[in-house]
Amino acid sequence: MSLKKKVSMTVNGVTVNAEIEPRRHLVDFLREDLHLKGPHLGCEQGACGACTVKVDGQIIRGCLFLTVQADGSVVETVEGLTKSGALADLQESFMRHNAMQCGFCSSGMLLAAAELIEKQPKASREEVREWISGNYCRCTGYHAIVDAIVDVLEARAKGQKIKPVVAHA
Amino acid sequence: MKAAAFDYAKPTALSDALSLLEQGGDDARLIAGGQTLLATLNMRLSEPSILIDITDVAELKGISVVGNKLRIGALVTHTEIEDSDLVAKHAPLLKAAAPHIAHRAIRNLGTWGGSLAYGDPAAEWPACSLTLQATMVIHGPSGERKISAKDFFIDLYTTSLEPDEILVATEIPLATANQVFYFHELARRHGDYAVAGLAAVAEKQGSVLNNCVFTFFSVSSTPVMAVAAQDVVNGQVINDQVIAKAVEAAREEIDAIADITNSAAAKTHLIGVLLERGLKHLVV
Repeated sequence: MSLKKKVSMTVNGVTVNAEIEPRRHLVDFLREDLHLKGPHLGCEQGACGACTVKVDGQIIRGCLFLTVQADGSVVETVEGLTKSGALADLQESFMRHNAMQCGFCSSGMLLAAAELIEKQPKASREEVREWISGNYCRCTGYHAIVDAIVDVLEARAKGQKIKPVVAHA
Repeated sequence: MKAAAFDYAKPTALSDALSLLEQGGDDARLIAGGQTLLATLNMRLSEPSILIDITDVAELKGISVVGNKLRIGALVTHTEIEDSDLVAKHAPLLKAAAPHIAHRAIRNLGTWGGSLAYGDPAAEWPACSLTLQATMVIHGPSGERKISAKDFFIDLYTTSLEPDEILVATEIPLATANQVFYFHELARRHGDYAVAGLAAVAEKQGSVLNNCVFTFFSVSSTPVMAVAAQDVVNGQVINDQVIAKAVEAAREEIDAIADITNSAAAKTHLIGVLLERGLKHLVV
């Protein structure tokens, strides 16, 4: 049995070639092999959402996806999306509302929230709660997180931007 | 935890997938969305020697209208069903059910066929396919066979799918203009498995319902139709008396099974709660 497979994928805009065991799930590959520490591992059974990353434009659970399955795909983590500015207003809003507490769940929350804003720009507060219920915050920061997301939805609807809490140099 | 080692193959033709499955025998597992399988591998509840990734097999993809049926390929994801205009038009029950399946990141990968083939009695698609009188299209070494959803779900996580067969697609009769649908589940957290759920369809004329199908899920070892309750309702003007009779019939006929946190009595109670809400919704 051949234990290693060759894979090639684009991670945060960079082409990556590797030989990995089929059993290696995507977040272990991103963290251990590529040293990207944004995607976190919590439960490794799909319940907590800390491992959320984007593959081919949609969010997935990185612990329920094998690296071999990502062969030929475009993978984006919070690091890449921060750099591109895709999450900028959400990140400002999370800072404004102190919606992070310990920060462990924040990368997953941001990616999940970004897909909600894209797919359901008119989401109600209740729909935000339902959507984000797939991501656990062990510090129980949910209220501030929901506030932060709702603010971005409202700002987008009015064509406004979230004002930074601290002025950027 | 981490999965034990396994080999991995990614065929592009259905015939190759079937040969690999036959060669692999009991030690082979198909992977499509993998949203249940990967969790069981990570926990080492399952240790296959090879995963056969069928996501490149074109015959298993796509949603289309073929004649008077809506054909949903086994590889269609929960998200594709949630976002599909064809599904919204021809199978509104599925559109209503989709947002209840786990969370978006899981719906983006998890598949229609995977959920049906796994046969989890708490899952949404087995109950919906039963309610909509779907037909399963199955390929195996001896060719194609078709089987109704009614005969497909046999027991807990057990379907009539043979180990060397692959579920290719499902055919669902197109919704008619006078059909009304209801889907609801009671869960501790939105997206968790239901404590109890109901998928229902009926033909509505005024406030009279006919040809009702009420399928309860997460209350027994398979999704289960409340036939006696359907008989109570069929042909009747829906009023409080009919609702009370139907609730009584459903609670009587379904032998609810307890789960780790909910007693059989609680589930029996919830069957009635769901049916009452459903009937009121259907006649609005």
